[in-house]
Amino acid sequence: MTATLERGLNALREQIDAPVASFFTSCVSCGLCAEACLFYRETEDPQYTPIKKLDLMRRVWSREFTLLGRIGGWLGLTKPVTDADLTAWETLVYDSCTMCGRCTLVCPVGNDLTMMIRKMREGMSASGHGPVELIGAAQRHIDGNSAMGDLSKAIHAQVKNAVEAAGIPIEFDKPGVDYMVILSAQEIAEFPDVLSAMARIFKKADVTWTISNAAFEATNVGIQLGSRDIARTLVQRVVDAAESLGVKGVISPECGHAYQALRWEGPNLIGRAYNFEVIHIIELLDQLRAQGKLKTKGKNSRKLTFHDPCQINRRGGINKEPRRLMNMVAENFVETEDAGTMNWCCGGGGGVGANERAAPLRNIAFKRKKAQIDKVNPDAIVTMCAYCHHTLDNVLEEFNMEQEVLGLTELVAEYLDEDA
Amino acid sequence: MNNPAFDLLMWARGPGFDIALVIFVGGIVLRLFEISILGRKRDLAPAKGNGFLQGLKTIFSRSVPREGLVKFAPVTYIGGYVFHIGFFVAFFFFAPHIALIDDAFGISWPAAGRVIIESVTALTVLALLALTYSRFTDPVRKSLTTFDDYLVLLLSALPLITGYVAVNKLFGDPTMMLAVHLLTVEALMIAFPFTKLMHAVSFVLSRYYNGSIQGRKGAES
Repeated sequence: MTATLERGLNALREQIDAPVASFFTSCVSCGLCAEACLFYRETEDPQYTPIKKLDLMRRVWSREFTLLGRIGGWLGLTKPVTDADLTAWETLVYDSCTMCGRCTLVCPVGNDLTMMIRKMREGMSASGHGPVELIGAAQRHIDGNSAMGDLSKAIHAQVKNAVEAAGIPIEFDKPGVDYMVILSAQEIAEFPDVLSAMARIFKKADVTWTISNAAFEATNVGIQLGSRDIARTLVQRVVDAAESLGVKGVISPECGHAYQALRWEGPNLIGRAYNFEVIHIIELLDQLRAQGKLKTKGKNSRKLTFHDPCQINRRGGINKEPRRLMNMVAENFVETEDAGTMNWCCGGGGGVGANERAAPLRNIAFKRKKAQIDKVNPDAIVTMCAYCHHTLDNVLEEFNMEQEVLGLTELVAEYLDEDA
Repeated sequence: MNNPAFDLLMWARGPGFDIALVIFVGGIVLRLFEISILGRKRDLAPAKGNGFLQGLKTIFSRSVPREGLVKFAPVTYIGGYVFHIGFFVAFFFFAPHIALIDDAFGISWPAAGRVIIESVTALTVLALLALTYSRFTDPVRKSLTTFDDYLVLLLSALPLITGYVAVNKLFGDPTMMLAVHLLTVEALMIAFPFTKLMHAVSFVLSRYYNGSIQGRKGAES
């Protein structure tokens, strides 16, 4: 057995806990998880059945964590997981799963398949099996300040533009303010308007905020690659920066997995609760709305629909907040079929969007989302995740679809009542 | 009097049943121990919702399929419901079964009529046949199916079929058929903890975990 295989299997063993054991014990191979999966639904290829993607983890559990499996192993009735198995499963675990979480919600025995994919990726990456793009992004972020490379100049340039556009100062590293804002690399590179939008909304609402030079990047490729060590290091940077600035909270940006990483996995990764709260930008905007600190004037008259990012709604519990904000600013807000908790993934989540090898499959899987959009035929699609935004922009173009994609924070800011 | 059928029935009702019961209960305890010994780390992220309550709720709510999904796997869904409900009715509402439970535990409840029990039994077997058929023909089911799945289907069908034969005296010696019926039940009990039949107990745990993980986040389950 090679050292990397042993390391991978050990990482996998570490991930097997009581919930995982109960999930594998309960599975009756009914195959209903397939019907929930965008990759199966669009290809009808049974290899994309979610529980099949977890087969290596199931084998390790069965052989080593059950009495009967151990006896079977001693008698040579079952085969141990090999390096060739891991290689064969790499594309199933990374290319054909966006960790969207639909299967978790349909499994009749309640298996959290998505959580198990997250866990299985720990074993895959520890054994040296992971998409090169994710490994590269992780390396760049660990060595520097962002998964996209060095974005320190870019963030300063974008902040300068935002200050000019909004006419409101934005200060770096200001201690004692209400919130530290972190951004998705995608926002810094592609959707920087969110900065001036936040500046204007927060000014009106008397919310003070800052950006840390030490930790301005929210994305956490450790979560997607399945490396607790990398994920922990990146979360720790944000925690250190926020605690040294003494802020009340950190605003998790419009980015799905960043929210998952900082809000839900983070404390478990660093082994303690934070000294500050983590709030998603849309949660905060909805709070400000409820407190009467966010008032809008006028509404967008185009037909708008909303795309729920999987990690923020289905796996993050933020469902009603964006809808209340949408209703504030949209005159003609139309929901798609399956909107909300059972919304279909854009196809780019879970690291699939960064994975070049997965691009052809991703485009096929997008047809599920496309069908959902086509039925409503909106003028524009609003979302609250910069990576969903980026993915939708790209695939809509690929499919010659005309819809514009908008970020919810920017949309709300557009209708901000400056006189209120 | 030397009657092998009677001797077999006596064995099946006596030592046979005792052995099966010990393996059934002991096996379930062992399997639950195997799961719970692994434990789960305390979640340090501050909760947004009540994971405990949502976990409990999900144990029940997951019995209802998500809207719009039944049409994608009708055999699995409908066959699954008919089988589970049918097996429950045939097991708990057949007068002789209730009499046995009354003997053992001193509790009883009204029985369903013969016609109902027999129709339900027939339907339940048909559901099992449909589920088996889908394991042979449906690509997803086929790719997932292992020996365990067929064994479990067979072990679930045998008590229903042998019970039906014994009650209606369709063929064979009635005493022998009753003994065979009991033996098939015992086979089901012995296999239960070590096959996918175990889901009938462990689903409580897995649904609870699912609901509690989602519930803590304030997300639906």
